[in-house]
Formats: sequence, C-alpha cells, structure tokens
Amino acid sequence: MIIGKISRISGPVVNARGMEGIKIRDLVRVGELGLVGEVIEVKGDQISIQVYEETDGLRVGEPVKSDGKPFLAELGPGLLGMIYDGIQRPLEVIRDQTGAFIARGASGDPLHRGKRWHFVPTVKVGEPVAHGDVIGWVQETPAIRHKILVPEGVAGKIVKIKEGDYTVEEPVAELDTGQKIFMKQLWPIRRPRPIAQKITAGVPLITGQRIFDVFFPVTKGGSAIVPGPFGSGKTVTQQALAKWSDADIVVYIGCGERGNEMTEVLTEFPHLEDPRTGQPLMNRTVLIANTSNMPVAARETSIYTGITIAEYYRDMGYDVALMADSTSRWAEALREISGRLEEMPGEEGYPPYLASRIAEFYERAGRVICLGSDKRQGSVTVIGAVSPPGGDFSEPVTQNSLRIAGAFWGLDARLAYSRHFPAINWLTSYSLYLDALQDWYKREIGPDFIQMRQELLEILQKEDELKKIVQLVGRESLSEPDKLLLDIARTVRDDFLRQNAFHEVDAYCPLKKQYYMMQAILAFYKTCQGLLGKIPYEEILKLPGWEQLSKMRYVPNDQTESYFPGFIRELSAASMTKEVVA
Amino acid sequence: MSTPLYAKAHRTITEIKGPLVFLQNVSDVRYGERVTLVDSAGHRKSGQVLEVGEDLVVVQVFEGSDGLDKKGTAVFFSGDVVKLGLSEDMLGRVFDGSGNPRDGLGDVLPETERPITGSPLNPVCRQQPFEFIETGISAIDLMNTLVKGQKLPIFTGAGLPANRVAVQIARQVIRQSKEELIVVFAGMGITSREYSYFYKEFQDSGALANSVLFLNLADDPTIERILTPRLALTTAEYFAFDKGRDVLVILTDMLNYANALREISSAREEIPGRRGYPGYLYTDLATNYERAGIIKGQKGSVTQLPIVTMPNDDITHPVIDLTGYITEGQIILSRDLDRRGIYPPINPLPSLSRLMNLGIGKGKTREDHRQLQDQLYALYAQGKEIEKLTAIIGSAGLGTTERQILRFTERFEREFINQGEQPRTIQESLNLGWELLSEVSRSELRRVEDKYIDQYLPKKAAAAPS
Ligand SMILES: Nc1ncnc2c1ncn2[C@@H]1O[C@H](COP(=O)(O)OP(=O)(O)O)[C@@H](O)[C@H]1O
Ligand SMILES: [Mg+2]
Repeated sequence: MIIGKISRISGPVVNARGMEGIKIRDLVRVGELGLVGEVIEVKGDQISIQVYEETDGLRVGEPVKSDGKPFLAELGPGLLGMIYDGIQRPLEVIRDQTGAFIARGASGDPLHRGKRWHFVPTVKVGEPVAHGDVIGWVQETPAIRHKILVPEGVAGKIVKIKEGDYTVEEPVAELDTGQKIFMKQLWPIRRPRPIAQKITAGVPLITGQRIFDVFFPVTKGGSAIVPGPFGSGKTVTQQALAKWSDADIVVYIGCGERGNEMTEVLTEFPHLEDPRTGQPLMNRTVLIANTSNMPVAARETSIYTGITIAEYYRDMGYDVALMADSTSRWAEALREISGRLEEMPGEEGYPPYLASRIAEFYERAGRVICLGSDKRQGSVTVIGAVSPPGGDFSEPVTQNSLRIAGAFWGLDARLAYSRHFPAINWLTSYSLYLDALQDWYKREIGPDFIQMRQELLEILQKEDELKKIVQLVGRESLSEPDKLLLDIARTVRDDFLRQNAFHEVDAYCPLKKQYYMMQAILAFYKTCQGLLGKIPYEEILKLPGWEQLSKMRYVPNDQTESYFPGFIRELSAASMTKEVVA
Repeated sequence: MSTPLYAKAHRTITEIKGPLVFLQNVSDVRYGERVTLVDSAGHRKSGQVLEVGEDLVVVQVFEGSDGLDKKGTAVFFSGDVVKLGLSEDMLGRVFDGSGNPRDGLGDVLPETERPITGSPLNPVCRQQPFEFIETGISAIDLMNTLVKGQKLPIFTGAGLPANRVAVQIARQVIRQSKEELIVVFAGMGITSREYSYFYKEFQDSGALANSVLFLNLADDPTIERILTPRLALTTAEYFAFDKGRDVLVILTDMLNYANALREISSAREEIPGRRGYPGYLYTDLATNYERAGIIKGQKGSVTQLPIVTMPNDDITHPVIDLTGYITEGQIILSRDLDRRGIYPPINPLPSLSRLMNLGIGKGKTREDHRQLQDQLYALYAQGKEIEKLTAIIGSAGLGTTERQILRFTERFEREFINQGEQPRTIQESLNLGWELLSEVSRSELRRVEDKYIDQYLPKKAAAAPS
C-alpha cells in the first residue's frame, strides 16, 4: 500500500506527494472519504490525480492511498442489462446506498457476488488451454451464452473442471500450473484486449434505417460518426441503432449528456423486443451513464469502460455495437483535466494528444479473429456522436474523428428545422465501406441493389443542381423531364429517406422492404417518364402512384412479401398507363 | 447565509486580483469552503475557496474585491462548503443573489441546510417526464409543449420581451395549478427597471405568495451571479423533493451568469475557450440545468425555464449553443415577429420541445395534437419558404395552393402566434389550429389522418370542393 498526502486541490484534479513507487494510471483513494481517482501525471515527488467524484470539502494533508494497480473493469456474467456509471459502479446499487441523489464515497461491485450461474464446461480434464480459449459457458440471458475465456497469463492442462452452479468468484476450473479460472475477470480499461488478428469485414451492420442501410452502410466491425448541432437528431439516431441494429450485444454510453435520456433508455428497453431474438432489448444491452452533471473525470473514463466491455463480448465471438453519445463531451473532459494540469494547449484548448486519443479509441473497433484455438470471429462496431460547437464541423473533435471513422453521417440543422428526420445530409455524408459490402448486398438482397442505390443518389444529386436553377428562374421554366426529376426526388426524400423513429411501423424497416421501396420508386419514375409528352404534366402529377408511394413505408413489415411485388407491378408502366388513358 | 465568526482570522493575503484573493500560510482549508472576509473598515464579504495548495489558497469573493486591502483584511474560514438554509417560510420572500433577505422582512429560520452545488440525480431514480403544463400560450402549448420536469430555455435577443413571456407563464401556471405549483425565480444581473417589473407583476397577480425570488441586480456584484442560480435550484429541490411541490424555476439571464464565470476564469488566467469562456462552461452549465426532473415514486418536480440572451441574435454564441446542447429543447423569440408587433414573438420553426411527445395526446391533451402540430408546422414552414421565393421572383407565378398556404401563414402569425396576454386553453389552441387549416385545401393536409380531419376540421371548409 502506497500512502501519501494531498498537496493541492483544483476541481477534479488533486495533487499529492510522498507516493513513492506510484505509476501513471494507478488507481488511488483520495482523502478521508476515499474518493476514487486515477494517477494521470507523475512529476518527481508530485503526482496529479483525476478524481472521479466531486472534490468539495477535501483538505490539503488528507491521505491518498493506492495499492499500485490500475483501474480495472470487472468482466463476467451479469453485465447484460446493467447500468453503470463511468467507473463501472452499478447505479442501482448506488441508489440503494445513497438514495435518489448520488452521494460521494458510494461503491458497489459491478458483478453480483452472490448470484450463482450454471456453468457448462466445453473442455475436459487433461486438455491443454491457453489465453483466449473457451472452457465453458453460462446462459447469461435466454439468447446469449456467456463464454468463459482463459484469461491472459494463464495456460496449462485442465486438472479440474465440473458442471455446476458457481458465483463469479468461485473457481470453475483448475490447471496443472496451480492456476484457477474464475468467471470474474479483470481488465485495465485503457489497454485494448488482445486479438489474434484484425480482418476486413464484408458484412453490414443492418440498422433498419433506410438512409444507413442503403446509402451509407457501416460494416460489422466498422466505425461511424454522427456529428450534428443540438436538436439535429444525434441521440434519436444512436437510440434507433441501439434498438434496431442486428448486433448481438449493444453497449450504450451516455457520455456527458442528459439524465432523462438515460432514463428513457431504461424505461423503454425492457419493454422493446430485440427484432431478432424476441427477447427484451435490455437483455442484450449494457448501459454506461455518466451524465453531464456527474463528475467530469469519470466521464473521461466512461468511454474506456464501455469499449472494454464491448471487446470482452467480442472475444466470445459476438458482434457488438457500441454507441457513444457524445464523444465531444469526452474530449471536453480531456480538455478540462488537461487545463487543470496546466498542460500546453493545442487547437481550441484541447490537449495536443486529442487526435491520438480519438484514433486509439476508434481503432478498438474492428472485426477480428479472437484469441483461442477455435479461431472464432467477433466484432466491435463503434458509432460515435459528435457535438460540434455551433454545428461547425471544422472543429477539432469532428475533424479528428472524421479522419479515422469509415462512415460519416452528417446531421444537418436545416433538414432538422424542416423536420426531415433522420436529418442526415445525403449529399455530404459518405461510407467508405461500400466497396467491401457490394457483394454482400448483391448476394443477400438483390443483384440490382447497388445499382438502384446509385440511381437514387443520382436523382438527389441532380435535384440539388436543378434547385439552384429554380431559385434563379423559377420552376416553370424547367423542361418536363426536369420537373419530373424534381418530383421524384421529393418522393425519394420524403417517402424513402425520411423515417420516423417514433412510428410503430416506420421505426424499423427490414432490408427487403427497403429494397422493394427502391424498386417501387424507380418503377414509378420509369412509368412517368414514359408518359411525358403523351399527357400533360399536370395529369402525371395526378397519378395515384404518388400518394401510394407516400404510404408504402407504413405497410406492416410482416406484409412486405405479400404487398410489394403486386404494388410494384401496379406502378409499372402497363397498368398505370391504361388507367390514365382510359 | 451568514457565517458565525468563530474561526481564526487570517491576515496573510499576498495578492488581490479581480474577484480573487490569494492567501499564504493557511492550513486545514477545504476545497469549496465558505469564507468570510472583513476589511479594515469592518465591511463583511463572503467568498469561496477555489483552489487549495500547501502554501496557497485562492478565494473568489462574491461581492467583488473592491475595498479589500492586503494588510487590513481578515479572512475567516468556516470549515464547511457553501450551504443554504431552507424553510417553507421562504415562500413570498425576496432574497439577494447571495441568499440574504432583500425585502426587509428579516431572516428566515432554516429548517434544514443544503450545499448549494447539489448532487447529481441518479439516472435510475429519474421518472421520465409525462405531464403536460398549460402555459396558456398557443405557440408553446400546441407547438412546443412544456412538460413537468423539463428544462426548456427561452432564447431571446436584446430588447425582446422574454421577461414578459416568462412572467406571463409563471402567472398562468400558478393559476392553472390552483396554487399548488410554486415559482422560484432567479434574476442575475437584471436592471432595476426589470426588477420593479418582476416584483410588481408577482405582487399584483398574487403570484408572490407562491414564489421565492433571488435577485442579483445589474449593479450588484457580478461574481455573486455564480451563486444565484444554485441558491434557486437548491430551494427548488427542497420544495420539490422534501415537500412534494411542483416547482417552476425561472433563471434570467443565464448569459450574465456565464459572463461571471468567464470573469473568474480570466482572473485565474485559465486557458480561454471560445469567446473567452472557460473550457468547463458546458459542465458548469449542465450542473445547473440538469437540476430539473422528477423522482420515481415521489411527488414533486422541478421544471426549468432559463432565459438566455443571444448576443447579436447569434444562436451559435457559446452560451446559447451549450445551453441548447444541455436543455430539452428551446423556445426562440424572433426579432422579425416582434418588429411586426406580434406578441409573444415565438418563432415555432427553430423552437423545439424534445419531451413534447411524452406530454401530449389522448388523455393528456387531445388525440389529434401530435398530427395537428406536425401539419401546422409543415404548412408554416412551407409558407415561409414561399414568402422568401416570392420576394425574389414575385407572386405572379404562384398557384392556388401556394396562395392558400400564404394566407394560412399570415393568419397563423396574426391570430395563432399573436395572442397577446390573454391565455388560451389547450382546447382553444387546438381548435384555432384546425380553423386555420381550413384555409388550405384538404388534399394539402397530408400530415393528419382522415379521421381527425373529419372530426376536427370546421365543417364549412371541409365541405368545400378541394
Ligand atoms: N428519426 C427521427 N424521427 C422523428 N423525430 C426525430 C428523429 N430524429 C430526431 N427527431 C426529433 O429531433 C429532436 C432532437 O433529436 P435529438 O436526437 O435529441 O438531437 P441531438 O441529440 O442531436 O441534440 C427529437 O426530440 C425529435 O423530436
Ligand atoms: Mg443528444
């Protein structure tokens, strides 16, 4: 035990001296209340500590203690369905200790100590195992088998392993080296969990959101950023992804944002169904809540706690999606702490290491071959919200994130003002994963999927050019094909890209329905093009197809196959023309 | 908030700079501790410890450091963080920005004491807001509904009537709640004209008896403004969560609050962020704004209505921007509407209530509320676009539909928004909304379901050929 004394207090940063042997990133207990903190700087005899709780009332001279270990996340069965703060304190346990308001000095075990899990071994006595091997599993939720992995530094032949009910602190296996394996394992959150190999990913994370799945997909194992000014839809987007994406596990980090938004997740998720398993969504979700009014140093940590948990499930061979809302608040926490350390500031007061911290974080995303003899694959997809001051994307956090992330979903205040949601700007957003995913879409959904996507994008690009002309000379001076293009573009925007996150049907759109919706729009476009010159344009505008297209997104998802093929036939040239000419 | 002078006097000031006092050779000082300073003439000021080192203590002086001298000033450390004494007798009382009575009615005997910084409400204990608050203003009730437990700021510009709107809301919600609801009002850097206005309004309407006022005037010490909202919010939490009352907190003007924060930051020579505000402005504002909400299974609520002035009407100003990032929507006052004599000049287009969906609909306001709001919004947005376009290319080329929408837009501003001080019930607002929709042909009403059109659209218009 290393014991020193507080020598200075300045907000979340406390200095101490007399702590010989202490290392950077070591966990410390500060003051008589034993507030949790982490060493962030060692300078001769002086150390700087970022304290995860409010420091009001601390005095110079109070003790600081450490056992020389870094902050470790607790990993094991029982994480799913939990809500933690940034330093993995279970918020429900904290409530039981301190009531509705979080008081200082509260603590709680991240994993339930008393609960017994039924462990089923998958290896036998005598088998050699090493780091990353699966030795058994417990059924953590009806849909998720929690694999028990051999931890780092442990290897040998199994001498004892038995099916049965265990707490997370009882050994489930013993090796000939004398080492024991427990279900509870510890991991220093700032160190990425090791893998065998990163691989390129050719499978999209299906989100049920048309603008992402069709226009700007992200791979399982990819990364995307969602920058946007306030009120543009970052949080609704992140929550929609947490609800509907086809990940096995979701880690949702509320980083420096609103308390009510975490409550919303907590209220809704237990009652929503995971579209794939039919289980309550909460069963596949781990929440990290370090809201804006909770201590800023723990906010900085919340990101690492979250991604460590995500990597842990990835290592079992699962596809994990992590949402961080908002990475800007994390960056601001870095800036605040850096300021208290009186470090030399970089751009906009952020520390010079901002870019490398952001890169390190997004680099923890990826599709991997896990450690272990079975060569299983898993992935972590990272989706980070970014909150640029004044909505100006040229600021450092957006720019540095942009350089790393593979998909850019730019939210646009003007679209949000016109209540076009999701307010993703289709002209400036992009996905670098499209090439890698082409084959998948063609194979799994339809050979013309990519082609149709391209056609829709071109319609919107053309619309953008035409709109500039309209602003100068008015719509009436356009040719009929151009007028039609504008009207079809409006349909693409209003009836395809727009998606109401709060509508019971529209909130989630199956990929096959997305495909049919594209077909429907393009079929109708072709029909109208065929009619140009044959009937007055006013008549084309009266075709019933326009209104039908505007309602197709509300067609119940389970009627996709029974409704769309016929609908598309109806919109196609022959029948539509007959009706009009008659 | 007076402190007994039991402690030892320290006379070791080494430097006085702006609102900051630096001391040496003081031991046993707590971070955040409350401090009393007495100058050589015997004047008392209060302060708070901002930083403690082994041989240095930095104190921020709330009343400003004017008049303090290095040699003659004695500094007393209270041994405790800044707290506020609380009691139900605070109702009907007016305090200054440091929590001392300013109405001459003497001290309030506290029932309990709380640190004014508050503690974060555990997210698992929060109750999602769900209850509609009727402000009587159509542009809010129908278009951007306020919900109990919400924090919804008003973004205003210099000279726009934000205070009048705030007072109108306060009066109305107290009346609506049959005096169940109370108002806690914090004025930071308000002019004495505004002060008289608030005081008179609260008194004349009888709202004062159900209110607690904390007032820091423009010529009161600026640093005191750091305290004022915290005092108000501590009081609000006491009434809400100890006494089970619904509390509406009005904070005006948070720009002045942020400017006080900036002043301290620059005196400390901290690295300035955007426009000189400290890098921790977001966190600091959030620790105030997040003190709104409802606790699961408990009576009482804290609803916040902060008022923030946009310097130069600039919505990207850091204080406005960060407020928008923290609060649950925003009500934006428009100079254009105000110039045209429209009151309250609320521009519904950039305004937003993020919690609206939770507070409206069947059993709360009315089943058609959501869709009607959507439709009014869409048409008004369209109307403003058409207005813009006609300004460029003239109105000659306008079609019938466009002319109808323009007429709708005109009436929407003149009748719907421009309601004056007369409160409307939500039913009246909704009915007026439908009445305005009859300006456009039925086929334009794409955001409302047929069943609602049949039921609510005034009949004569519904019968007209579309
Ligand atoms: N996909 C969507 N469907 C419907 N409404 C949306 C959608 N996205 C955003 N909104 C609206 O915009 C508001 C602000 O969205 P939010 O995600 O909270 O913004 P941000 O996190 O960027 O500040 C929401 O309260 C909601 O009214
Ligand atoms: Mg958000």
